[in-house]
Amino acid sequence: MNVEQLDIRGHMAQFAPFDNLPDELLDRIAGEVEIRYFQAGTELLVKDQPIDSLWYIRSGAVEMYQRSGRLFNRLSEGDIFGYSDLLRSNRRVRYPVSAIEDTLIYFIPGDVFETVCEEDDDFAEFVETGGQRLKVTVEQQRDDSGLMTTRVRKLINRQPQMVEATTTLQQAAQQMRDANATCVLVIDVTETQSAYTFTGPDGRHWKLNGILTDRDFCTRVLAEGKSPQTPVGDVMSRRLIVTQSDESVYEAMLSMLRNQVHHLPVLYRRQPVGVLHLSDIVRHETHSSLFLVNNVFVQNSPEQLAKLAPEVRTGFARMVADGANSEMVCRALATIGRAFTQRLLELAESELGPAPVPYCFMVLGSMAREEPTINADQDNALVLDDDYDPDLHGEYFEALASFVCDGLDACGYPYCKGDVMATNARWRQPLHVWKRYFTEWMEEPNGERLLHSSIFFDLAPVHGEAPMVESLQDLVAELAPQRPIFLAALARNAKSRTPPLGFFRKFVMEHDGEHRKSINLKRRGTAPLTDLVRVHALACGSKAQNTFTRLDDIAETKLLADGVTERLRYAFEFMSMVRIRHQAEAVEQGIEPDNSVDPENIGSRERHNLKDAFEAISNAQKFLSFRYIMPTRQGSSKTEPDRLGSPQGSASHRVSR
Amino acid sequence: MTWRWKAKEKTQPNWPDYLASRAQRVREPRLASFYARGTLDPATPIGEAPLVAMDFETTGLDGSRHDIVSVGVMPFTLERIRPADGRYWVLSPRRQLSDESVAFHHITHAEVAGAPDFNAIIDDLLPMLAGRLVVVHYRQLERTFLDAAIRERLGDGLLMPMIDTMSLEARIHRQSWWARLRRWAGRPMASIRLHESRQRYHLPAYTGHHALVDSLATAELLQAQILYHYDWQTPVSALWR
Repeated sequence: MNVEQLDIRGHMAQFAPFDNLPDELLDRIAGEVEIRYFQAGTELLVKDQPIDSLWYIRSGAVEMYQRSGRLFNRLSEGDIFGYSDLLRSNRRVRYPVSAIEDTLIYFIPGDVFETVCEEDDDFAEFVETGGQRLKVTVEQQRDDSGLMTTRVRKLINRQPQMVEATTTLQQAAQQMRDANATCVLVIDVTETQSAYTFTGPDGRHWKLNGILTDRDFCTRVLAEGKSPQTPVGDVMSRRLIVTQSDESVYEAMLSMLRNQVHHLPVLYRRQPVGVLHLSDIVRHETHSSLFLVNNVFVQNSPEQLAKLAPEVRTGFARMVADGANSEMVCRALATIGRAFTQRLLELAESELGPAPVPYCFMVLGSMAREEPTINADQDNALVLDDDYDPDLHGEYFEALASFVCDGLDACGYPYCKGDVMATNARWRQPLHVWKRYFTEWMEEPNGERLLHSSIFFDLAPVHGEAPMVESLQDLVAELAPQRPIFLAALARNAKSRTPPLGFFRKFVMEHDGEHRKSINLKRRGTAPLTDLVRVHALACGSKAQNTFTRLDDIAETKLLADGVTERLRYAFEFMSMVRIRHQAEAVEQGIEPDNSVDPENIGSRERHNLKDAFEAISNAQKFLSFRYIMPTRQGSSKTEPDRLGSPQGSASHRVSR
Repeated sequence: MTWRWKAKEKTQPNWPDYLASRAQRVREPRLASFYARGTLDPATPIGEAPLVAMDFETTGLDGSRHDIVSVGVMPFTLERIRPADGRYWVLSPRRQLSDESVAFHHITHAEVAGAPDFNAIIDDLLPMLAGRLVVVHYRQLERTFLDAAIRERLGDGLLMPMIDTMSLEARIHRQSWWARLRRWAGRPMASIRLHESRQRYHLPAYTGHHALVDSLATAELLQAQILYHYDWQTPVSALWR
């Protein structure tokens, strides 16, 4: 390969989808590239013109426009275009492209493009648009999670117990008892080297010949009536299934399942370094979050609980580092958050005495959806029994609410800036009042009530009489589908926060071509998505709170076109993951996690995926207007669309959802 | 001021006639067949001209004392450059390679040691140039060294029209009334070196001083210069020297 082709190759190798290509394909592409310079302002591709190459931007920048004249994308160094046109049967240009700067283009001939698509699945999946790319990425992330990437050696924390074949069964059992081990490895000195020989500290060659487990003591010793003086070598299992210390935990687990064993000797350069037991894997998988939850319930004061707050953050960062997906991370955080709340309520009850009337403490917003991130604040409320008498019981529940909300604040769940907390008398009401609230909000929506709906209609019981909160969930699921005005108004609100178009160099690019320095991934990504999913979920009478579960319910109704719920699911997972990783990095660097991501920290591949995710939200937002049309009712000023206004704006930012 | 270089233009040789007369007189078969291919019609629009960018790395600047150490050629048109068509040769200089030029070109003594003499590449090089208009950055170097190298080995020199991207750059940035005004005002002259010239057209930076990379860089520069200051209809006679 010529040196100038090396330069071409080196440039391409930095950018998706070329970055993951095998060397041989990258060489082939670099060897076939053709070059041409275009001046700023030149039209590069005209609509409907035939296209025979993939265009790669070596330097400069271009813009693509939709038929309507709307900006579709802005691309710069390392970006490619023309691939969707090449994949169409007629190979004609759909979106016109112009150079907005002096631009040097590398052309990759169509036949080379085809060959690479055929030979490399990742490349093909990247260029096939329509949400496919996002799906692939999310599924790859899932595959990469935990078990796949964690190596066996990480789970090994002690030396294996080893005996020679001549050791008696009794001696071996004693050794196992003393070391609290569930098996011994049987080794012997050998002259010949093999796959199982290693050099001991004594310089001699040793060979791993067998294993004897506590199960073997039952089946091979007692059941067979062997004497305790029998040499281990006579009864040990010679069928050795081993694993290497750098093997993935996932492979090790598969090996156990395949071979029906619970113990796997772990080798490092043929030397046994430990034994992996099935229970080690189970413990590893559940360790992080469950351990902490367990810890929460043994603390005896809010002060003690508050000391656990840093552990929540480190546990969060560890889960992310271990490759957990967004659902795993968020559900763990929700479980932990609920545990704190429950424990605080138990402590409050032991301090204030038992509750005078039954109640249920409920969480709202992201905690109810089981989608909190590490910087979530608290949103909660109290549902009281209908026998509640403010004069008799008011003081008790006020004190209870203060105890819990203050405690949560101390434990790292800051007070809700929008005052959606049980300490607010308005949100500490008997069940019948709550039912009246919810009914009013749906029958006669206005700006404030819509905002409340979008917080309170994500609700879940945490402590006390769960059926009270469940009856509220039932009420919403029953009424909402029959309230088209409410749904239309909620749908309109769900469009008030829009995703950006994508990224351009160091900037976030808006639909009008404006550039911004950073993106709030919650406000511009996950929140608009949960908002629009909520509208559909309410419309189809779903009682689910979690966005993924809601999408499952929506998928069953055929309310959305085929594949749309799937795209939204991938979009949500991907955006959540970027946001979570961003926060985990902040935790690791010891800075306060937030939702604001700097495009400079977003990789080449992530940019493409995020653009797809934004597009999925954008399309889904547009669909809301078609699906939920405001019924025209004359004479009723309350429900006139224009009077509903947009309550979002500043108010919505104050309330965490 | 323009009359001055218009006057100069009149004194430049008529390239088709020159090549035709050389074809008649030259005995050496390889040179004869090169000249027989002739050159482009002076009226050919640059946008339709087959071009070839060429770059030499040399042991010094004096064609009579220094040698060529590497040659890069890159056939192209204004429409496309195909790096795959480019050729590159490292040559063994007849005179010693100085340590300074080693540092400059990154061509090492070891590379040069096993390299062929210029003589060995003439059969490959001349057909790549024949029928195409040669594009170089600073024609004095390539023209002088090519002429000298051929003369030494084939007994007769070789001259042909060339487009010099450096002199195109000089016309724009040094000889225009604006450039003269700037110089009169004491402002520094615009650099017309390859890298700096490319920057004016927002072309990317390449690692310099490799004959093939520089010939690619020169080809890209010409594409940019034509778009900025001329157009594809400009006759080659307005550009070649």
